[in-house]
Amino acid sequence: MSEVRTDVRYTASHEWVRLEDDGTVTVGISDHAQGLLGDIVFVELPEVDAEFSAEDACCVVESVKAASDIYMPINGEIVDTNNALVDEPDIINSSPYDDGWIFRIKPVDEEDIEQLMDASTYEAEIADE
Amino acid sequence: MSQKTALYEKHLQSNGKIVDFAGWQMPINYGSQIEEHHQVRRDAGMFDVSHMTVVDISGDAVTPFLQYLLANDVAKLKQSGKALYSCMLNENGGVIDDLIVYYMNDDWFRMVVNAGTRDKDLAWINQQAAKFNVAIKERDDLAMIAVQGPRGREKALQVLPLDVSQAAADLERFFGADSGEWFVGRTGYTGEDGFEIMLPESEAAEFWDSLIEAGVRPCGLGARDTLRLEAGMNLYGTDMDETTSPLISGLGWTIAWQPAERNFIGRSVIEAEKNKGPQQKLVGLVLEDKGVLRGHQKVIVDGQGEGEVTSGTFSPTLKQAVALARVPVGTGEYCKVDIRGKLLSARVVKPVFVRDGQSCID
Repeated sequence: MSEVRTDVRYTASHEWVRLEDDGTVTVGISDHAQGLLGDIVFVELPEVDAEFSAEDACCVVESVKAASDIYMPINGEIVDTNNALVDEPDIINSSPYDDGWIFRIKPVDEEDIEQLMDASTYEAEIADE
Repeated sequence: MSQKTALYEKHLQSNGKIVDFAGWQMPINYGSQIEEHHQVRRDAGMFDVSHMTVVDISGDAVTPFLQYLLANDVAKLKQSGKALYSCMLNENGGVIDDLIVYYMNDDWFRMVVNAGTRDKDLAWINQQAAKFNVAIKERDDLAMIAVQGPRGREKALQVLPLDVSQAAADLERFFGADSGEWFVGRTGYTGEDGFEIMLPESEAAEFWDSLIEAGVRPCGLGARDTLRLEAGMNLYGTDMDETTSPLISGLGWTIAWQPAERNFIGRSVIEAEKNKGPQQKLVGLVLEDKGVLRGHQKVIVDGQGEGEVTSGTFSPTLKQAVALARVPVGTGEYCKVDIRGKLLSARVVKPVFVRDGQSCID
């Protein structure tokens, strides 16, 4: 079964979100999501400095099967992207919560994270699928 | 109402991820589509293709019937077991389906058509057959397993029943042979050597297990699609359909224009199109930038106009995106593809990317 990390929060569209010590927020996709997508072959990263609202499509992950949008989990500005994914996009398959992180944001309000699902809620959510 | 093949339980046992395909519950992969793809290119993989439709056509008039029904000419088939790839056209020259037909003897041909077109194909074939002394019989009692890859034949021969193995051992490419209710064709849809094996449904599960023991790995429909696209083989319903002629679908080579007096369905329309000069052609594209080509992306050709990707994917063998695309007939060596609003550069190539494990791209 897919791993659900307990130290991050989740969106209904399967992004995970982690608040870092410096106040930035790291975003990736869950182990469950990478399993659904299958072998990932291309990532179109967002532009650094771009601003998005929560639930905006901001990035695209393509597997052999299909292209899937990645959604902004909370309002914020992109401050960094994981450039290792340009040449090795399948890191998302092998390490979705660590080396396969996708981008970092500076949140408009870090309290927004509290609105997202905790691990047990997310686990129940994907069990129903 | 989704149907299951005789191998459905086997797919579940191998952790197959099941999806609906043309009304059938089929495995899209058993874990990793890319690993399954490489397995076929490098060793031996197998696909359950029991959902495909097998039709036996028999009777005195079977040759003249098929010469009328199909755009390719079955009169080319002189040796028993020889296979022919053909389009079946409608009166407007559109493609009803593409298929393989095996000549078994003067009274019996076996045809394999697509699963997604089964109902309309059978209706069309039966309608056309009314004027001929032939019998049409769907063989839905047969399962079909495609064993593909450089070591596919060798491994399959080890586990086929002895009589079938003897019949299959010396088959040349694009020939088939039967033994009892079993039938083996040295054909496939991957660009690799291999067999397509038809057998009674009741024996399918046991044979599947023996293939696994011989080192043939189950592969899903996902890998089947990336393999056929690398091989530059058309997929019905995406690369051509009833609204496109074979001439703009890369299938002109499958039309037998000679003898000129052979009247096959759709001939007059596509002959007129050929004489006038088709306005489009089907080409291969290799994306030069990073990204993935997908069906329906817009193609822009300088000074020529626009075209469309008909099917595209990331090629696991070449590690870049490849596609089939229908473009203006004057298209040269390069074009642009619109991917989410960005115009990326693609090279135009002959639509064969990989054959027998080797890249066909410079």
